[in-house]
Amino acid sequence: METTTIKEKTKTLTGAEAVVKCLLEENVNLLFGYPGGAIMPVYDALYGYEKQLRHVLVRHEQGAIHAAQGYARATGKVGVCIATSGPGATNLITGLADAMADSTPVVCITGQVHSHLLGSDAFQETDMIGLSTTVTKWNTQAVRAEDIPAALAKAFYIARTGRPGPVLIDITKDAQFGKAEFRYEKCKGLRSYVPYPKVDMEKVRQAATLINKAKRPFLLFGQGVVLGGAEKELKSFLEKTGMPAAGTLLGLSALPTDHPQHAGMLGMHGNYAPNLLTNYCDVLIAVGMRFDDRVTSDVNRYAKQAKIIHLDVDASEINKVVKCDLPLPGDCKETLHLLRLAANSNDHSAWVDEFKKLRSVEYEAVIEKEFFPENSALSMGEALRLLNETKSPDTILVTDVGQHQMIASRYFKFETCRSQITSGGLGTMGFALPAALGAKMGAPERDVVAVIGDGGFQMTIQELATIAQEKTNVKILLLNNNFLGMVRQWQELFFDKRYSHTEMQNPDFQTLAKGFGIASKKVTERKELKGAMQEMMSSPSAYLLEVVVEKEENVFPMIPAGAAVDEVRLC
Amino acid sequence: MQNQYTLSVFSEHRIGMLMRLTTLLSRRHVNIESITCSECEVEGIFRYTIVVCCDENLANKIARQMEKQVEVFKAFAHSGCETVFREIALYKVPLKTLSGQLELVLRKHNASVVALESSFAIVEKTGHEEDLLSLLRELKNFGVLEFARSGRVAMSKPMKPLQDYLNEMELYNN
Ligand SMILES: Cc1ncc(C[n+]2csc(CCOP(=O)(O)OP(=O)(O)O)c2C)c(N)n1
Repeated sequence: METTTIKEKTKTLTGAEAVVKCLLEENVNLLFGYPGGAIMPVYDALYGYEKQLRHVLVRHEQGAIHAAQGYARATGKVGVCIATSGPGATNLITGLADAMADSTPVVCITGQVHSHLLGSDAFQETDMIGLSTTVTKWNTQAVRAEDIPAALAKAFYIARTGRPGPVLIDITKDAQFGKAEFRYEKCKGLRSYVPYPKVDMEKVRQAATLINKAKRPFLLFGQGVVLGGAEKELKSFLEKTGMPAAGTLLGLSALPTDHPQHAGMLGMHGNYAPNLLTNYCDVLIAVGMRFDDRVTSDVNRYAKQAKIIHLDVDASEINKVVKCDLPLPGDCKETLHLLRLAANSNDHSAWVDEFKKLRSVEYEAVIEKEFFPENSALSMGEALRLLNETKSPDTILVTDVGQHQMIASRYFKFETCRSQITSGGLGTMGFALPAALGAKMGAPERDVVAVIGDGGFQMTIQELATIAQEKTNVKILLLNNNFLGMVRQWQELFFDKRYSHTEMQNPDFQTLAKGFGIASKKVTERKELKGAMQEMMSSPSAYLLEVVVEKEENVFPMIPAGAAVDEVRLC
Repeated sequence: MQNQYTLSVFSEHRIGMLMRLTTLLSRRHVNIESITCSECEVEGIFRYTIVVCCDENLANKIARQMEKQVEVFKAFAHSGCETVFREIALYKVPLKTLSGQLELVLRKHNASVVALESSFAIVEKTGHEEDLLSLLRELKNFGVLEFARSGRVAMSKPMKPLQDYLNEMELYNN
C-alpha cells in the first residue's frame, strides 16, 4: 500500500519543473518575477501553468519583492518572487532587507550560473549567498536537481514559522536542467530550530500579579500581534484588564482605531498621549514589538519608572534594547490568552481618561489645524480625513516613506485586521506602489489605497505598467508637495532651513499616468477634493489621484533626535 | 566592562554558517580574538568556539542572536572563570641553537619537540595564551623561524551535556 503511494508520487522531473511543482505543493498560486539567462529553465517550466500559477511580470526586481511583501502582509501567506542571477538577484537585496526588518514571510528564488562556473567571476555571477546572508532568515544554494524539493520545503517552513522572515534559494542553472526523482514532503520541523518557545506558566502568573497590582498599566502592541493572528486575544485581554494601549507603526491595525482603550500610535511622530505617558505608567506590557529606536527615542530615559513585561516569539528581542523585568518568550496568541485568564478584571477608566485628555490637547494643537486648515493650500491631513469619510471599512492602507507615511498612519481609521502595510524597520522609499499591487492581488475583495509622496513615487513608478498590465484596481493617493518632505522638515528644524537637494522638478504625473494607461486626476482646490476622492474610490480600475499639497508642511507631534519620549513636541 | 568572553555555538554543518555567525560580530564592531571549529561529541553537530572582547551584556545579546539562526542549536557566552580552555602553539627553532640551554627552557615550560630535521626543530606547547607567549619570548633568544598558535578550545563548567539541550528542543518541537 505504502509503496504504491510513494511510486505514484515519484516521477522524474527536471529541477526547473520541480520548482514549479514545489510551489504548487505549497499552494502558491501567484508569484512576482522577472526573467533572465540563469532562470530561464524555470521560466520555461512555468509556461503552460498560467491557470494554476499566475506569474506577474514586474518592471524591476525590487518591484517583485515588494509586491511579494505586500501580498504576504495582506494575506498572511508566504509571498514568492523569482529573479535571474547577478543584477536580477542583487535588485532583490533592498526588499530582502526590508522584509528582514519587518518580519515578512517571502521566498525568493534566484537563478545562478552553472555550478562549474561558481566562484570564477562568470557572466552575471554574484555571490548571492554571501550577499543575502545578513538580510535573510535563512538562505541556501541548490547545485543539484535532487536538492531542490527539500530546499524549497524548508524555505517555506522557515519563512512562515516563528518570527517570519525572508528566505532565499539560489539555484544553479545545471540544477534546473538536471533530472531527479520528484517527491515532495512538506517540512514540519527542523531539529535546530524552535520556532515557538514554550510559555512558562510560572512567569505568566508572575506577570498577572504585576498587572493586577498595577495602578497605571500600559500595553504596547506591535506587528507581532498581527503576525501571530492574536488580534482577538489582544482585544479580550485589554477589555478584561481595562488598561490603555498604543500601537507601533506596524502594529496599528491590530486594534480598531476607535476602540475606547486605543491611545494611538507610538514613536517619533506618534501621538502625544502614548509617548508622554510611557514615562508615567507603572507596568509596561510590550506585545510583539521590539523597542525600535524610533519608538524609544533616548532609551536611557525610556520608561525607567516602569516594570517591563515583554511578550515576543523571538527570544533574542527580549533584553536586546530595554531591560525587561519579566520576559515572556512565546507565541503571543497563546501568551495573551493565558495572561487574560490569569489576570483580574479591572477598571482603569481614570487612567484611560488621562490619555483622552492629552488626546484633546493634541487635537486642538495639531490635528484640528490639519483636518481643517485655515489657509488655501491643501494639507495632507485633510486628504486623509476625506479618505476616511469615503473608504470602506476593510480598506487596506499602503504607505510609502516620509511625511505622508506618518500623516496617513496617524489619521487613517483602521477598522479591520491586516489593513496596514508600510515599510517600517527599513523605511524604504519606493515600497508602496509595488506593495499595493501585491496586496490587491492577494486580497482582491478589499480596496487597497497606496498613499505615496512625490519622491518615493518616482523610485518605483515603473510598476504602474505592471498595474496596468495586470488590470489591478489599486488606488494611488499621491500627496505631492514637490519636496522630499521629511528630509526638508529636518533641514528646516535642525539644519537652519538649508534645503540642500530636497526640492524637485517633478514630471507631469498626469501625463505619466496617461502614458501608463491609468485613470487619473489632479486636485489643487479644496472644493474638488471630496468629489475626486469619491471618484477614485469608486473607480472600477486603477486610479491615480494627485493632490497638490502645502509645500512646507511639518509633521507634529515630534520627538527630536536624542530627546526622551516625554519630551514630545506639539509644535 | 570589557572582558574576554568565550562564545560556544553548536550548529548544523552548513556552508555559510561561519559567515552567519561572524557577521553578527562585525555588525557590532566586535573583533574576533580567536576562533576554532570542529565536530563535537554529537555526530553532525559542529562546535564553534569564538573568543571576543566586550562587555557581558553584549556577549549575551550576541549569543542570543547566534542562537536565533535557524541552523544553530544552542549558543552560550561564558566568562573566563566559567570556562576551561587551552590553546596549542608550534615553534620552529633553528637547530644550530639546540643547546643545553634550549633544553632547559623547554623543560621549564613543559614543551616538547615534535619534529627534528637537520636544520630545525619543531616544538609544541599546550596551555593558556600567556604561557604560550612567555615561551615564545624566551625562544626568541635562540631565534624563532616560525610561530603558530591555535584558537582556543574550551569547555564551560555551567553547560549541561549538549544532548540534554537537544532532547529539550525535540520536546518543544513535538
Ligand atoms: C530609498 C530611500 N532613500 C532615501 C530615504 C530617506 N528619506 C526618508 S523620507 C524622504 C523624503 C520622502 O519624500 P517624499 O516621497 O516626497 O514624501 P514626503 O516626505 O514629501 O511625504 C527621504 C529622502 C529613504 N527613506 N529611502
